Amino acid sequence: MSSQYRDIVEDGLWKNNVVFSQLLGMCPTMAVTTSGTNGLGMGLATTAVLLVANMLVSSVRNYVSVQVRIPVYIVLIAALVTVVDMTLNAYLHDLYKVLGMYIALIVANCSVLGRAEAFAARQPVLASGLDGLAMGLGFTGALTLIGLIRELLGGGTLFSQASLLLGQSFAFMEMTVIPHYGGFLLMILPPGGFLVLGLLLAGKRVLETRRSTAKPAMPTPTLAAHCGV
Amino acid sequence: MNLDQFREKLGYHSLVLGVIALAASASLALTDNSTHGAIKAAEKRDLQQSLAQVLPSGFADNDLLKDQVTVKDADGNAVVVYLPRLGATSKGAVFEVSGRGYAGEIKILMGVDPAGRIVGVRVLKHQETPGLGDKIEAAKARWIYDFDGKSLGQPAPEKWAVKKDGGQFDQFAGATITPRGVVKAVKGGLEFFAAHKDEIFAAPPAVAGKEP
Repeated sequence: MSSQYRDIVEDGLWKNNVVFSQLLGMCPTMAVTTSGTNGLGMGLATTAVLLVANMLVSSVRNYVSVQVRIPVYIVLIAALVTVVDMTLNAYLHDLYKVLGMYIALIVANCSVLGRAEAFAARQPVLASGLDGLAMGLGFTGALTLIGLIRELLGGGTLFSQASLLLGQSFAFMEMTVIPHYGGFLLMILPPGGFLVLGLLLAGKRVLETRRSTAKPAMPTPTLAAHCGV
Repeated sequence: MNLDQFREKLGYHSLVLGVIALAASASLALTDNSTHGAIKAAEKRDLQQSLAQVLPSGFADNDLLKDQVTVKDADGNAVVVYLPRLGATSKGAVFEVSGRGYAGEIKILMGVDPAGRIVGVRVLKHQETPGLGDKIEAAKARWIYDFDGKSLGQPAPEKWAVKKDGGQFDQFAGATITPRGVVKAVKGGLEFFAAHKDEIFAAPPAVAGKEP
């Protein structure tokens, strides 16, 4: 059993990473990774939704018939995101002002529906929750990494405005790596997102090919065919 | 008929879909009901905070959310003008203006004293490029404070522009369109105030406990 859980975690964080392997959730990936802080915020909000959505879907999986499963999952996910949106707005208003624009975007993130369909619909609640958590953390890591690279090349800083997201005690994370840097606008504009993602994808492929020199690298998982948002 | 057979029936699909939709709407209605008041209060607090930001502390002692007047600008759009007062003395006006930035509308709140000098300017909402255009936010740079104390005559009208256009306001490295939009909008706000001064100050002070 524990090896199954280890596989789930490894899948989510690295082997089957939402961004780098499944190539899902490209819309938020490109749109918000203009800084490390933005990537982190979007990643954490998505992780929370993935975790709860997976557990919800898993707990109703025995009652939902195959024919209507997609509408049911969509309704569940959309309702969940809206509840999160309203609750954050009401009780964590300062955090909501920073994350606000990302929350609604989570509904459009294909990886949430993708995990519901590919994992939670077939697995027990605990394993599904763990899968949501691992996939979410993998997504968070990827978004933060892309954001940091774009921010560093584009503006010469790292984690700027992290204290707005995480609170004043995290102000130490804000770093100016290259002082008096003129800025490289392209990296912050949309092409920068594509460039950085492409290079990181290629890098991951190279790493994996080197690791498994004995057997050829596995093709990209079939799930990517579901949708391309 | 056992469950497995029933599951294949059309009625079962509708039932499942209906039950889930009902549960989802119920949870949304419940959440909306329980968060509505808190969200309204938070938004009111936001507006109060923005109003407080453009006015120095002790500048006014009335409830700005109640003391307001609606004035039509040159284009016929209704502008809500908040009227800060200290006792019975009118201390000026606070209103929203909007400018065009690099990525759409920039919403700006500005406070002006009765003589037409700027008391404070803050950007409320914008979609400018992070790290470049967003230096117009008070939280990210000191730039927006440059407007404090300025008026239509000081600097001269032709100096109300970014340095690149021959004016006296700084632009940012890699971003000129954003500050240009803000400077133009603030100048427009001053012109609006000058043109409608009489109308704005004609409004009587709000009576305590009565909504405007």
